[in-house]
Amino acid sequence: MSKASSGTLYRGREGMWSWVGHRITGVVIFLFLLVHVLDTSLVRVSPGAYDAVMATYKNPLMALGETALVAAIVFHAFNGLRLILVDFWKQGTKYHRQMLWGVLALWVVTMVAFSIRHLSIAFGGH
Amino acid sequence: MSTELPEPASKIELKPGVGGGGEIPQFNITLRVRRYLPETTADAYWEDFELTMYGTDRVLDALHKVKWDHDGSLSFRRSCAHGVCGSDAMRINGRNRLACKTLLKDLDHSKPITVEAIKGLPLEKDLIVDMEPFFQSYREIMPFLINKGHEPSAERYQSAEDHAKFEDTTKCILCAACTSSCPVFWTDGQYFGPAAIVNAHRFIFDSRDDAGDMRLEVLNDKEGVWRCRTTFNCTEACPRGIQVTQAIAEVKQAILARSI
Repeated sequence: MSKASSGTLYRGREGMWSWVGHRITGVVIFLFLLVHVLDTSLVRVSPGAYDAVMATYKNPLMALGETALVAAIVFHAFNGLRLILVDFWKQGTKYHRQMLWGVLALWVVTMVAFSIRHLSIAFGGH
Repeated sequence: MSTELPEPASKIELKPGVGGGGEIPQFNITLRVRRYLPETTADAYWEDFELTMYGTDRVLDALHKVKWDHDGSLSFRRSCAHGVCGSDAMRINGRNRLACKTLLKDLDHSKPITVEAIKGLPLEKDLIVDMEPFFQSYREIMPFLINKGHEPSAERYQSAEDHAKFEDTTKCILCAACTSSCPVFWTDGQYFGPAAIVNAHRFIFDSRDDAGDMRLEVLNDKEGVWRCRTTFNCTEACPRGIQVTQAIAEVKQAILARSI
């Protein structure tokens, strides 16, 4: 059945793609938290090992990764608030599209501010 | 009796092009149909049909033309062909639409027009799916009036305000365009789906019905309204313009309000 029913990708609109984005960022955040809990708990094993692991994070690739992580978290957070409004605000379903543009605008503002600060520290040198 | 009757209006001869009787524009389209013939091939495949159609034609007319003039094996459902029976929901250019309500002139003719069966239900042949899982969910929400009081001698009164609460959800024609546009339903066949919730909404908010609590109980389930992820695909797909996501949100709120 699965083979026979496969066809084109469903052409959803803003609502569907924001849901896809929410799912993807959710999985990304989950994977980060998994690693984060592991590396943080290292401090109980041995502070030296913890410091060694932290030191490996201080490179440009990780700085870009952190930017991507913050991008995912910020989108997930703002869109999560939008979803709560869609479910529980009486006019929520009427204005879900406008709220998504609001989420994206807030996301851009936050990310521009964060990237300037974070990347200038990471790449600016001391 | 020599009164001269005036010529009936219907007999007036118009010059060509006068009074809207002009020639209907014609155009060529490529109809790309997702075929699935379980008797002959194991896999589904795309088949193109080059057709000359008119500006007044709908996708359903193009399918008819294929079936009647090109390939009689093409299978699809349609009954009334006027957007009321809900038989011909299909995926047209990637979105769920009724073939009988989609005018060809509104589509892009420079590219093939793709037509596929709706997603998430077992495919039987070409554009025909097994609707049983869909109707199973529909039956489970008890889509009929349940009234425990005495049967009135006349009609059951209802104010216009009370009727307005569920007026939108009475418009459903059970075409499954909403349910089969839902990403949750595609991967989780147990989910009730938008259509069942819409039809539950129609009775939950009906002041004449007494079984609202029972229906809310049915939908207050892991596979009930809480599966909805508000992708709005259902609202966008509904050929009747029902605000489906809005109706689901109202049911969610009713379940919460009841438990507080």
